[in-house]
Amino acid sequence: MSSAQQDEEVLGKAYDGRLMRRLLHYVKPYKWQVAFATLTALLHSFTQVVGPYLNQVAIDRYLFPSRAGGANSLLGRHLAPDATHGITQIGVIYIAMLLLGFVLDFAQTYSMQWVGQQSMYQLRRELFHHLQRLQLSFFDHNPVGRLVTRVTNDVEALNEMIANALVAFFDDSFVLVLIIVIMVRFNWKLSLITLAMLPLIAVATALFRRAVRDSYRRIRVALARINSFLQEHVSGMSVVQVFNREQRAYEEFQAINRVHLDAWSDAIFAHAVYYPVIEILATLAVALILWYGGLKVMHGTLSLGIVVATIQYAQRFFRPIQDLGEKYNTLQSAMASSERIFKLLDTPITLQSPAQPHSLPVGLGRIEFDHVWFAYRDQDWILKDVSFTVAAGSTCAIVGHTGAGKTTLISLLLRFYDVQRGRIMIDGVDIRTLELTELRRRFGVVLQDPYLFTGTIASNIRLSDPALPDVDVARAAEEVNLADFVDRLPERYDTPLRERGTSLSTGQKQLVSFARALAANPPFLILDEATSSVDTETELHIRDALHKLTTGRTGIIIAHRLSTIQRADVILVMHKGVVRERGSHQQLLQQRGIYWKLYRLQYKDQELSLESAPQPAM
Amino acid sequence: MTPTFSILASLLPYLRRYRRPLLLGLAILVVNVVVFTSIPYILKLAIDALSTTITPHRLLGFAGLLLLAVLLRGVLQYFQRLILINVSRKIEYDLRNDILERLEQLSLSFFQRTRTGDIMARATNDLNAVRNMVGPGLMYSAYALVLFLSVLAILFRIDAQLTLLVFLPAPFVSLAVQWFGKRIHERFERIQSMFSSLATRVEENLAGLRVIRAYAREEREIASFDELNRDYVRRNLRLVLLSGAFDPMLQLLLGLAFVLVLWFGGRAVLAHRISLGSFVAFNAYMMQMSFPMVAMGWVINLVQRGSASLARIQELLDEVPAIADTPDTDPSLTTVVGEIEFRGLSFAYLPGQPILADINLRIPAGATVALVGPTGSGKTTLATLIPRLCEAPPGTVLIDGRPIRDFPLAALRHHIGLVPQETFLFSDTLQANIAFGRPDAGADAVTEAADIAGLSSDVADFPEGFQTRVGERGLTLSGGQKQRTALARAVLRNPSILILDDALASVDTVTEERILQRLLENRERDRRRPDILQPRRTTLLISHRVSTIRNADLIVVLDRGQIAEQGTHAELIGRGGLYAELYEKQLLEEELQRVD
Repeated sequence: MSSAQQDEEVLGKAYDGRLMRRLLHYVKPYKWQVAFATLTALLHSFTQVVGPYLNQVAIDRYLFPSRAGGANSLLGRHLAPDATHGITQIGVIYIAMLLLGFVLDFAQTYSMQWVGQQSMYQLRRELFHHLQRLQLSFFDHNPVGRLVTRVTNDVEALNEMIANALVAFFDDSFVLVLIIVIMVRFNWKLSLITLAMLPLIAVATALFRRAVRDSYRRIRVALARINSFLQEHVSGMSVVQVFNREQRAYEEFQAINRVHLDAWSDAIFAHAVYYPVIEILATLAVALILWYGGLKVMHGTLSLGIVVATIQYAQRFFRPIQDLGEKYNTLQSAMASSERIFKLLDTPITLQSPAQPHSLPVGLGRIEFDHVWFAYRDQDWILKDVSFTVAAGSTCAIVGHTGAGKTTLISLLLRFYDVQRGRIMIDGVDIRTLELTELRRRFGVVLQDPYLFTGTIASNIRLSDPALPDVDVARAAEEVNLADFVDRLPERYDTPLRERGTSLSTGQKQLVSFARALAANPPFLILDEATSSVDTETELHIRDALHKLTTGRTGIIIAHRLSTIQRADVILVMHKGVVRERGSHQQLLQQRGIYWKLYRLQYKDQELSLESAPQPAM
Repeated sequence: MTPTFSILASLLPYLRRYRRPLLLGLAILVVNVVVFTSIPYILKLAIDALSTTITPHRLLGFAGLLLLAVLLRGVLQYFQRLILINVSRKIEYDLRNDILERLEQLSLSFFQRTRTGDIMARATNDLNAVRNMVGPGLMYSAYALVLFLSVLAILFRIDAQLTLLVFLPAPFVSLAVQWFGKRIHERFERIQSMFSSLATRVEENLAGLRVIRAYAREEREIASFDELNRDYVRRNLRLVLLSGAFDPMLQLLLGLAFVLVLWFGGRAVLAHRISLGSFVAFNAYMMQMSFPMVAMGWVINLVQRGSASLARIQELLDEVPAIADTPDTDPSLTTVVGEIEFRGLSFAYLPGQPILADINLRIPAGATVALVGPTGSGKTTLATLIPRLCEAPPGTVLIDGRPIRDFPLAALRHHIGLVPQETFLFSDTLQANIAFGRPDAGADAVTEAADIAGLSSDVADFPEGFQTRVGERGLTLSGGQKQRTALARAVLRNPSILILDDALASVDTVTEERILQRLLENRERDRRRPDILQPRRTTLLISHRVSTIRNADLIVVLDRGQIAEQGTHAELIGRGGLYAELYEKQLLEEELQRVD
């Protein structure tokens, strides 16, 4: 079990005032609905306890008439003197109460579910909104899976609490109180018998909870071990097989599986003891009521109807208590979830637009890195004192080995991260003084991983502007040589893309992301070329598309392709976070330095294969 | 219904294993229910006595009887739950073990076409659903059935006419449970799938974060999430419309039974057809019956889900191990000398997409042979055919001149050391990982293997030495350390055939050269030890690095699944083909690495 898993499994206290207040803040806008639900719960509890009372009236008034104490109730006096008629009246009252109960119960459930859904809608919205604002460095440390859990499962646990526990808690409590009140009013001495069971049940429940808490903890740990063992061995099955470890792995698995089984058998034992104990206590109450009440009936001081009704109440008394125990569990996991959710919501946004953003002058397009230092962590410098200028309308290619800091340059220019020292300027304006979206909107960006979204080809091209007319989408696709391919698809631009466009080849995905960058018609172009190999035909398409993309724009391109590099106005050679060489292709080749070596290493094959390929018709 | 039954039949072997406790548990259940249904009857007798004539002594007798009954029931219920639920947990335990056992027999190709998540889902969620069906599902349905029948029998004996009347709502309860159950299930399923699209939406958003930020698309992402969020709420409320009505509806229908008892039972008492005690008993029995009525819907659901899950688990258990010993296997073949031959070998994972085509190659025992070639040329596939992780067509792979399928699988693998391309270590100590293939190996052997693999100095730096835990819960090793651990793991077995599949790519060239040197020394030392059966070890090196392979006895260049050229380093350089080109590039690469 990893620490992350442990984090997910921690169950803290069931009630935390601070968290609860924050949670209720989301329910507050619906306070009238909650009040309504509480009222219906109160009324509903009346309908729930009416049955035994009606029985008492029927027995004492008609079935076994008695003059003993308490037999003459308020209701009894209003009923018909004729027995058959009276029973019918009671029946009608009962049905009416049942129907009322049905309506009230539904109203309560629905309104609280409604409140739960509305407030969780709001919470999910806030979470998602916050995730869209958080700086990228946050995501470097927080795995996507865990964040998804916050927005989905954790919120669902809170919903469970609001919808099913909050008001239902009152419902159960009301029922308990009402039963006690009615029993006391019937005969307070008789009611004491049932109430005397309460401390016993409380003790039994506490002991039971302690016992199962321990076994449940062991079960959780064992299950986590089983799952990670299984996960690991499924992934590494060929290693297990090659090293003849099947038997041993099986035995190990059997052992942790056995721990799980044993933990469960303890939990089963606890359940097997607890439920009968509760039932014995309940029936003990019934037996005592029968005996003590029976004696009173024999003495004529108590009516038979009251004895019967008290027995029936005693039988109904213990269900709400057990329900309340279940609500406790719901509350506990809701508290754990809300703690995690609020921790995420409380993560400060450290990178955002300035309060009074500058605006960019239109028309130019000069990019300047001015003594930029950057590290993802502490003093682990990825960029060391990097300075360069890309003149308006020119193309700058960046080359270098993996890990030289090329992609970082792009992340900084788009202000995914802030520089630690130095500054980045566009037309002389520090990018930190600009509005974030204003800054990013000026760039057409093609990232290394040509990330496609679920949707259609068209919706992926019009990423920057969903209102982009079809003609512009088609023109962008045309420009980057994607149109031929799209035209061969039966649904053309409406071809659905699923799971990040797995149905397309790498080269096709790249062309789509080119079209996407071009469709925005941005003044700046940023391009992080993918290194993956594509077939010759696509390679030619890409080469041609690149040319069109860079014309008339200021561009920074992390280049792997010869055609890109040779066309660049200036080439920067990055090596271990430093700009080591700069100049044109020819100048750099003459230096016989890093560029020359890189060039020979990486571009030789490409050149060969391209030259032997047929030229495309343009 | 028939397919469900045939699926459920696959549980029979497991149920049969626990036949005695199951039958005992069910017998206890029947007695338990009988005792349970006696309680209202005792109450009836007591009330009847109270409404006529009774002595305090007899009254105490009734109370005592009541207590006795519930104590007996308590004991019975304890055993019933203990036995039946434990059986279900044991069946879960057995099934889980069987799943792993089956997985261990399946070949690489199964794991290539089946997602890990899918296997995990079967071993966790589906298993749990089956457990719920065998445990609570079985227990409660038996309980409900027996209870229903015995209550019905008792009530009929008291008064048949009244029984028929009060059971009027029963068919409606069952209809309502069915009607609601089906629709609630449908809506619930749809919500589940919406829930996962909500999760997918967030996941996609976070995974594509950079693109979204770069295109300043946050607002639209928020809007589109909002739409989904709203839709989710709307659908949930549609479900609540049904599920929120379901429980009150049951309460209403069950309450109706009580009204009928009051109404018709009351009249019957007045007409002296039944006693007051019977009237009270009817009420108490209705109370007892409400549980099975409500539980039936729930149990039906458990069985439906359980059998669907069981089918998925069964599918996994029915998977036939593609690579296993057959009657033709020769059990006397327990050692491997080390000669490998590929004879007209062609191989494809999927029909029509050949990975290897007509490979003919003989590697004499003790030779060191290198395989080179571009990505996807079939090198790794060739390597996996030797320990039979994948199965080559019969007669195309021979070891020591015998078809590979003649060797018992365990014996064959025992003599092969494979260091795969992607290092896979287990979350355990370094010691346990190195001794993975020889758990009985002593500390000395482990230390020596680590030394040969060039891991010793790293281990010396770890505070806990060989007892250092690696992987998820332990220390994160560097790529090079992982690879050298995997190498030590293979070396420790002292295999006749050692296959290094690009196994030292994360180790720098100088260290790599030293390690290869040690491997060679080790090999020669073996030759001086007559007690070791194989004089020399056959070594297969797959690498992109010329420095790794230049000293091999034979270098084979693969290209698109075929042997493009072969020879020694000098011969191939002289030929000026693919290999010579690769060599030239790497010299440059090394040069570049020296720049700082």
